[in-house]
Amino acid sequence: MSTQFEPNIVAFLCNWCSYAGADLAGTSRTHYPSNLNVIRVMCSGRVNPLFVVNALQQGADGVLVSGCHPGDCHYMEGNFHARRRFTLLRELLEYVGVEPGRFNMSWVSASEGAKWKDVVGEVVEKAKEAGPFKRFRRDKINW
Amino acid sequence: MNNKPKIGVYVCHCGVNIAKTVDVDAVSEFASRLPNVKVVRNYAYMCSDPGQFLIREDIEKEGLNRVVVASCSPRMHENTFRKTLNAVGLNPYYLEMANIREQCSWVHEDRDEATAKAKKLIYAAAAKVRLLEPLYEKEVDVEPASLVIGAGIAGIQAALDIANAGFKVYLVEKTPSVGGRMSQLDKTFPTLDCSACILTPKMVDVANHPNIELLAYSQVEEIAGYVGNFDVKVRKKARFVDVDKCTGCGICAQECRLTGRIPSEFDMGMGKRAAVYMPFPQAVPAKYTIDPERCLFLTRGKCGKSPKCADACTAGAINFEQQDEIVEFKVGTVIVATGFDPFDPARKPEYGYSDYANVLTGLELERLVSASGPTGGAIVLGEGENAFVPKDIAFIKCVGSRDKSVGNEYCSRVCCMYTAKLAHLVQEKVPGSNVRIYYMDVRAFGKGFEEFYDRVRRGGVRYIRGNPSEIFKRGDKLVVKVEDTLNAAPLEDEVDMVVLAVGLEPRNDAREIIDILRLSQSADRFYLEAHPKLAPVDTATDGVFLAGCAQGPKDIPDTVAQAKGAASSALVLLSSGKVKIQAQISFVNENTCRGCAYCVEICPYGAIELVAISRMGNTVQVARVNEALCKGCGACAAACFSGSIQQKSFMDRQILPQIAVLGVMR
Repeated sequence: MSTQFEPNIVAFLCNWCSYAGADLAGTSRTHYPSNLNVIRVMCSGRVNPLFVVNALQQGADGVLVSGCHPGDCHYMEGNFHARRRFTLLRELLEYVGVEPGRFNMSWVSASEGAKWKDVVGEVVEKAKEAGPFKRFRRDKINW
Repeated sequence: MNNKPKIGVYVCHCGVNIAKTVDVDAVSEFASRLPNVKVVRNYAYMCSDPGQFLIREDIEKEGLNRVVVASCSPRMHENTFRKTLNAVGLNPYYLEMANIREQCSWVHEDRDEATAKAKKLIYAAAAKVRLLEPLYEKEVDVEPASLVIGAGIAGIQAALDIANAGFKVYLVEKTPSVGGRMSQLDKTFPTLDCSACILTPKMVDVANHPNIELLAYSQVEEIAGYVGNFDVKVRKKARFVDVDKCTGCGICAQECRLTGRIPSEFDMGMGKRAAVYMPFPQAVPAKYTIDPERCLFLTRGKCGKSPKCADACTAGAINFEQQDEIVEFKVGTVIVATGFDPFDPARKPEYGYSDYANVLTGLELERLVSASGPTGGAIVLGEGENAFVPKDIAFIKCVGSRDKSVGNEYCSRVCCMYTAKLAHLVQEKVPGSNVRIYYMDVRAFGKGFEEFYDRVRRGGVRYIRGNPSEIFKRGDKLVVKVEDTLNAAPLEDEVDMVVLAVGLEPRNDAREIIDILRLSQSADRFYLEAHPKLAPVDTATDGVFLAGCAQGPKDIPDTVAQAKGAASSALVLLSSGKVKIQAQISFVNENTCRGCAYCVEICPYGAIELVAISRMGNTVQVARVNEALCKGCGACAAACFSGSIQQKSFMDRQILPQIAVLGVMR
């Protein structure tokens, strides 16, 4: 390949912590790679594991789910549900042969703009390492 | 109405904030080719009146029925644009925002990359907006009462304002008396008016106000419910004194076997109290309390032949059988005014606070200069024969503030001025004394502060710029080792007393309230406000407001101002009597629900229950959502096996197109 591979990453962020943290990264004018695009949900507990699989099918090279720190969930326990679901999903994805760097979870609070920048950098790096993901891919947009 | 989507896309320049890094014309051109998009416009400030007018006009003239605004974060202006839609009769939930400022133009430098990302985000928003459904906000009644947690000056002021407006207030205070930190102060900067003189009348007011129920020596245990309808559980701790009988005469404390042997919290350990005590003479309520951790009878079951306090009390108020009591009530709003803790200078061992008796904190000196303090206002160190009046006095500022090594990057905002005040008071009380202040910067930002700082300097207090590295003992003297950075001269300054201007920290029990109310913390660990500028007293939880140092360090004028702000925010809800509840809640498709109750189990609010319905002649169990209890987190929707329970505005079929666009578009 002549140019470096730029991965495409879909991220699911909870409204109260991680989305606000990502906003803070913006208001603080930090800079990070543009490979990651955010879908806002109210709580990381809303993220159906099938969304992650779906993103991989639709062409994403990596997926991130980010919520409030465990114990700080705006809805009390949504991120605990998320943590359990995605611990299982990660194992399942690894089992079917998806490289571990493709699926990521993080806890970023509303005050952690700097951490958000680091998380994005890390997730993009891992996806770059893993390379383009084609195994699940469908050929055209399918919703 | 024909509900075929007709989308309007509005791309905001945000002055140059977006337009500088995102090519708004290219983005608009791209958007105009998206399915169902009828109108695309870009404008300098979409949130301004003319910007909103564009949207309203297009809805009316072009018959738009869906709107995408590509601008700042929805956390900033979603409500603004919802109102715009509503103003011309379009359901406010037919709106989707693409965040091309905070999460695009501000974080990417490359114009091509930022433009490409903006296109993607707008495409995803357009894909979702087509499938949004109209939602209707319901209203519920607001319980006409408020809970105020913490009865320092912030809580007192907020409680008084709400009570004066005619609403019931439950004021809960953890310690035996209201008054908080302000009651420990001698004089207040910059006017030097006596703290007690301005505070105690307010303390008495809260105790006597017909609308205020004061729950002193009590702790909030549990808060359930939602804005307008909070169910509160408060533990009234046993005082072991019957407050109805206690006259506050104090004979019990005189007779207590431990009189003068227990460090007084109020006097910062500079004075001593008994096991049965009133924190300070002006305490409200003026009732005695037995310290269950110190009282001989309560800890060992034995106090001589019989407890002397009980024998001495002529009112028969002492009651060792007293139990904690749980009080339950309902309120519509909550104000958190739990205050701060002073920084513990033992965490800066180089300053010798734990080693040398003559190293004091600002608050300790405050008790020493106070006329109601342990020395009656005389500045005397040591006891008995060793007592002496310090003449050479050094203050060190920024102890525990602006200091990454102790994890406090912030400025505590009060130390500059309280140091100036204390220096001035010391100079006044100790004639011939020599006072110097070691500082990094002097921040005299408030009304009358600079003038006061000037007055203190002209009064002969020396300001020396330097951050001391160490304090050690040489003979009877304490040596402050420091570099005078303006003269580039290393100094070893011999003094009699060192005062550490300790900063303000979040309370060490701050976590308790976080767990009860689900508050967030900012990076400095104080409670996080909903928006640093535009919602400084609100929190992410509707109906819960912040006042005073719980939200961040501030002086008394700012604390009172914020308390009044919090009270007025609470009163908006209380006086309107109605509150709109979350519209983006879950709902069940009863035709497909199989009644497995997995969602019932997962819901943190107990908002879902199983009900029996008749389906094709059979009685079956299905889940049903209680709309007043549902907070719209969507955890149930992610758990449902059949997709029967969905969250409005975040339905699977609304999110999947977003995923598809973001996945496919390169």
